[in-house]
Amino acid sequence: MTVTDRTITAPEEALALPAGPTIAHRPLGVFTRPQGSEGWASWLFTVDHKRIGIMYGAAAMFFFLVGGAEALFIRLQLATPNGSVIGAGTYNGVFTMHGVTMVFLVIMPMAAAFANYLLPLQVGARDVAFPRLNAFSFWCFLAGGLLLVSSIFIGGWFQNAPDGGWFNYAPNSGLPFSPSKGIDFYAVGLQITGIASLVSSINLIVTVLNMRTKGMSFFRMPVLTWMLLITQFLLLFAIPVITVALFLLMFDRLWDANFFNVAAGADPLLWQHLFWIFGHPEVYILILPAFGIVSEIVPTFSRKPLFGYHFMVASGIAIGFMGWGVWAHHMFTSGIGPLAVAAFSVSTMFIAVPTGVKILNWLATMYRGRLRFTTPMLYAVGVVSMFTIGGLSGVTHAIAPSDTQQTDTYYIVAHFHYVIFGGALLGLFGGFYYWWPKAFGYKLSEAWGKASFWVMLVGFNFTFGPMHILGLQGMSRRISTYRADEGFALWNMVATIGSFVIAIGVAMFLWNVYASTRKWQRAGRPDVGPDPWDARGLEWMTASPVPEHNFDSEIEVERLDEFWHRKYGVDENHRVVRTATAEEVAHDGSNTRVHLPSPSYWPIVLGGGILLVGYGLIYNMWLAAAGLVLLVGAIYGWILEPADDPDDAGHHDDHHDDGDDHGDPAGNGGPGGNGESASAEKPAKTEEAVPVG
Amino acid sequence: MTAETTAAEAAAHAEGHHDEGHHTSTGISNEKLAMWVFLGSECLLFGGLISTYMFNKGRIGPDDIGPDDVFDIPFTSVSSFVLLMSSLTMVFAVSSIARGDLRGNRIWLATTAALGATFVAGQVYEFTAFYSEGLGFTTNLFGSAFYALTGFHGAHVTIGIIMLMSLFVMSMRGNLGPERAETVEIIGLYWHFVDVVWIVIFTIVYLFPQ
Repeated sequence: MTVTDRTITAPEEALALPAGPTIAHRPLGVFTRPQGSEGWASWLFTVDHKRIGIMYGAAAMFFFLVGGAEALFIRLQLATPNGSVIGAGTYNGVFTMHGVTMVFLVIMPMAAAFANYLLPLQVGARDVAFPRLNAFSFWCFLAGGLLLVSSIFIGGWFQNAPDGGWFNYAPNSGLPFSPSKGIDFYAVGLQITGIASLVSSINLIVTVLNMRTKGMSFFRMPVLTWMLLITQFLLLFAIPVITVALFLLMFDRLWDANFFNVAAGADPLLWQHLFWIFGHPEVYILILPAFGIVSEIVPTFSRKPLFGYHFMVASGIAIGFMGWGVWAHHMFTSGIGPLAVAAFSVSTMFIAVPTGVKILNWLATMYRGRLRFTTPMLYAVGVVSMFTIGGLSGVTHAIAPSDTQQTDTYYIVAHFHYVIFGGALLGLFGGFYYWWPKAFGYKLSEAWGKASFWVMLVGFNFTFGPMHILGLQGMSRRISTYRADEGFALWNMVATIGSFVIAIGVAMFLWNVYASTRKWQRAGRPDVGPDPWDARGLEWMTASPVPEHNFDSEIEVERLDEFWHRKYGVDENHRVVRTATAEEVAHDGSNTRVHLPSPSYWPIVLGGGILLVGYGLIYNMWLAAAGLVLLVGAIYGWILEPADDPDDAGHHDDHHDDGDDHGDPAGNGGPGGNGESASAEKPAKTEEAVPVG
Repeated sequence: MTAETTAAEAAAHAEGHHDEGHHTSTGISNEKLAMWVFLGSECLLFGGLISTYMFNKGRIGPDDIGPDDVFDIPFTSVSSFVLLMSSLTMVFAVSSIARGDLRGNRIWLATTAALGATFVAGQVYEFTAFYSEGLGFTTNLFGSAFYALTGFHGAHVTIGIIMLMSLFVMSMRGNLGPERAETVEIIGLYWHFVDVVWIVIFTIVYLFPQ
């Protein structure tokens, strides 16, 4: 550790969160802030973006197991002709919940885990722009997720689960055709997770735009930061569209409105348009984070800078824009007319171009690189190859006559699993292996990691590869069984076996987490070092696991891949030589004088209020009213909470002594704090949370 | 490198003092940027609802109650004018607190909230009148779409009024000094946005030929 600059007088002021001016302090007993950074309560009330990221990841993994179990039920039912493992009605619930869970409760929050953990680190910030809103995003997401998943159990096994497919077409979603509470759970649950995504997107956009460290211009940001930023913009604009659709659906079902009531003259195509105007950007919301992760992993393990950085960024932006102009390719068979079909065919073919640019740039990055096939690299290469297959079958959908034949067959199922599982999920798993040492301080076992990767990859191809054939043979999706004489039996059995191989791969990953943790603990928790992979981004420029305050002092960035350039230089023969070790360059996390935002009770209370409102809308308006009271109370509690930026100067000195506990300078009784009124950020929060609900 | 970083940080430190808490990369405060970003999202929300209305307003039977049967354009024009004037008073509220005129700020905040409340009261009256003429929320597609769109907007105005009243109370208690001028400005952004949306809604829903 040679960085002596943390001895300069007050670096923490540069790092402190702008929390508005401090004004007179009037403590109100209940409106104190929780303290401490140890124990379970510290997780419930945390506003630390890293802990929130880890909670997002853990929750997503839980939902992944739920959604995976549902997938196995689907495959068991379809393993043999005339399957009778689960009935047709239950089957509808199982495949719907599988889709909803995997899209909204697994891939999106897993990406949010990386966004929360890494975005502030990659731009060199202390935390996100609004730490409490960040915590609220997580609790709100968890409320929506639990509400959705609880529908499986409430009132009997899959009796009240959503059963209209993940895109839930009208008028099938209406009360006459779907009288159970399932669609209500769908409409309410997804609105709640939508609020979470929206709040999170606002927060992260402001973080990236506003909290970049000195010198971190837009084109010095890592590609992952770029892709996550584009994802947040897509969320920002896509979420309100589905919110409108869900809102109308909820009004139809709960209060007898007519939006999708064909008997009253409604055109159910409205739902399809609203859903897919959201739904196609959503596809890129799912995949762009994985693209970003691959763009981090591939250069590190090729020991080359990313090929065509500007093209990578520009293609991501192009995808972000063009993603809005292709939604009707999901609707080629719905009678939207030849002109619309032709237009959307062409736009769909065009969007393959920026995606292809990315694939080629990754290949060019690897070309003549000194490749190291570690587990994260295997996953990244898996993404590049599997996503290419999925992307190519996607291009076949752009050809409308071909698509007309493929619509609602297993060919579609094969396609989107190749892009979502083979693209997004493999990328996110690669991210787990890559950033695990950064988040937890030890590497996952490479042996288990590689083994689980190959098992997962082989199982994946055996599961979804045959579905291309089944689809072209004409097997319809969402039908609970098939006859023996239809010729689907062989490949269905192969797919079922493949799905259980995937399950083994996932179990091996979980075992890897457990075994690697135990091994590390028994070995006395050795330090993995700040930079175990010889990587390039700023997140590696601090200790592992990342200390609560991220960086000891503000980093000044002078070029892309700043951290790498601080480790390497060029000698007189223009050869790249190592000039410093990571330990010399990175901060060791020993600065305990950095001001940190205080934990807060209110984000989780607000999430609880929203959960009550959700159940109340479905079952009992009195419950909703109680939830509303809690919600409004939480908002005012939030506003009246003492600002987290009380008198810095006096505080830091007496805090400095207790060393590791640098967590909470809340000073709820301190004389300089602000007891009554909000700091400038707070009134803005209230209406972010309210009107979208 | 160490010396260089230290010098840079010292400079950054000094700079931080210069612009008083505004050390963000864009120069816009986090709170204001968040409001702008949020309003961008709101555009799509209202866009979806307005599209739904336009898609559905003509989908009624020949004898059904429709826009021509219920709309009272002069009345709604007056309430629209009231809402527009509230944008003007909001501007006065922002400029008064920026000047440090706290009393003026309170007066204009209260006026803005009162004008907004007048608009909402007009909407409530309008809804009641329409309902008594036979147009309920569930009567037909026009009814569902009309009440959903205008009701949603009314809810936004109501939330704005609550925020203005909260500012007013803060000001009365001495917690809204000139150093918080930006808070008023941010609420003002929201308020202007809601007004602009109403201009669009009023034009499309009431003034376009049915």
